Amino acid sequence: MSTLRHPGTGPLNEGPAFPAMKSPGPIDPGAPLERLPGHSSRGRLERVLRAGEFAVTAELSPPDSANPMDVFERAAIFDGWVDAINATDGSGANCHMSSLGVCALLTRVGYAPVMQISARDRNRIAIQGDVLSAAAMGVTNILCLTGDGVQCGDHPEAQPVFDLDCMTSLAVLSTMRDAGTFASGRRLDHAPELFLGAAANPFSPPFDYRPRRLQRKIEAGAQFVQTQYCFDIPRLERYMERVRDLGLHERCFILVGVGPLASARAARWIRTHVPGVHIPDAVIDRLAGAADAREEGRRLCVELIQRIRDIEGISGIHLMAYRQEESVAWIIAESDVLKGRTPHAVRPVIPDYMQRKAWAKA
Amino acid sequence: MRSMKDWSVRHAHRLARLYVVFEHLMVAVEPLARLIGHERLERPVAAVERAIKGTLFDCRMCGACVLSSTGMSCPRNCPKNVLNGPCGGVREDGACEVLPDMTCVWVKAVEGDRNMGGGTIGLLPAGDHRLIRRSSWLRVLRQRAKVSAR
Repeated sequence: MSTLRHPGTGPLNEGPAFPAMKSPGPIDPGAPLERLPGHSSRGRLERVLRAGEFAVTAELSPPDSANPMDVFERAAIFDGWVDAINATDGSGANCHMSSLGVCALLTRVGYAPVMQISARDRNRIAIQGDVLSAAAMGVTNILCLTGDGVQCGDHPEAQPVFDLDCMTSLAVLSTMRDAGTFASGRRLDHAPELFLGAAANPFSPPFDYRPRRLQRKIEAGAQFVQTQYCFDIPRLERYMERVRDLGLHERCFILVGVGPLASARAARWIRTHVPGVHIPDAVIDRLAGAADAREEGRRLCVELIQRIRDIEGISGIHLMAYRQEESVAWIIAESDVLKGRTPHAVRPVIPDYMQRKAWAKA
Repeated sequence: MRSMKDWSVRHAHRLARLYVVFEHLMVAVEPLARLIGHERLERPVAAVERAIKGTLFDCRMCGACVLSSTGMSCPRNCPKNVLNGPCGGVREDGACEVLPDMTCVWVKAVEGDRNMGGGTIGLLPAGDHRLIRRSSWLRVLRQRAKVSAR
């Protein structure tokens, strides 16, 4: 056990309130980067994108657990392979550890998370408070979502909030950052430095309107977008054509969502049960005809990434490998999407009181 | 009710024009409304508004009507209350992700916008919870009166 005295156990009023403490390592992993000119955040993701690199992000599904190791172990799978890790916020309207909690743990050891904020569960008072909390704990990237309806999840009887939507959340957060005020107009003492993102779904009707919708999101404050799963390249190409006509790819970084499908059955299930995911029949037929569907799903994902990379105006990919997280490194390596670049590896040092053995005793 | 809603979207252009005429009419009788008192008028006007707009648009009485910026399709019928839609969950056939039997109100809004000549859908600010169940017409009237008094 550590010989450190637990704070709060000593006599009151002894010594300074904030005694100087050396950083835990030679470099404090949680310390923010310097903000570069023209950047709105101190984060790594914004640096990678603004440097013109093809970025790779991955989705971490928050655990149904109060054990921090469940978060660190999930993040470690992506370490050194991705530029940022998305922490979902009750995705599919299912209850899990909050994105704020996941992000607080991740920033503490040096990861660069993207905190997803869904408008489904919190009103504008809670959202703005959470954003200040997140920024204070080193979160630099925030992704605004409307969120799936509560009817989709494990608590369909819950009260949906939806005080804001993705668009108004973006507007509120960019006001906090740029004007330094709450939505009410009340001044902040210190505005959050944020890189703001949104979701986009080029694969859901009305297709003609989707590029315009992206434009609205950019107007509301989106600096990057991550799309829904892409399994239909022609549909993406048509969307991107219009996006380029409108010049939107120059105002916003577009990261296309991809992920491996486990089997034809899983693909059919996703298509009917997960809102907004479009999987063409050809993809399902290919999986159904394969000797090893899991392997085929990964190969297909690699092929999609290679085709997406070549489309003009796309700045990166966003990997969503739900329950196949261990395949992410293989997919990234096999597709050569990083072209020899190595994203920052954290190699986190986890305090002993958080390690599994400390938790096992209770 | 649903067919009436569809009719309103199909005739969005005409309804929008009707609304402009109606607004002028309301502004003309505003001094009378002031004489009676806006607070006293609130309940009866809200009741009439609920009946008319309920029939035409399945109005939810949010008190801050934005129909002319949503192709005459009421966004408050969205189960996710999306004021700036459509969300990414629209099904392949244009149905709502939450209520598969209902066409997405925003798919209809985009159709209504097209019928109104396009470009009417902008960025709508977050709603005001305090206005729920109050009359949107009287609110507009008060705003117009304030503007003309200036």
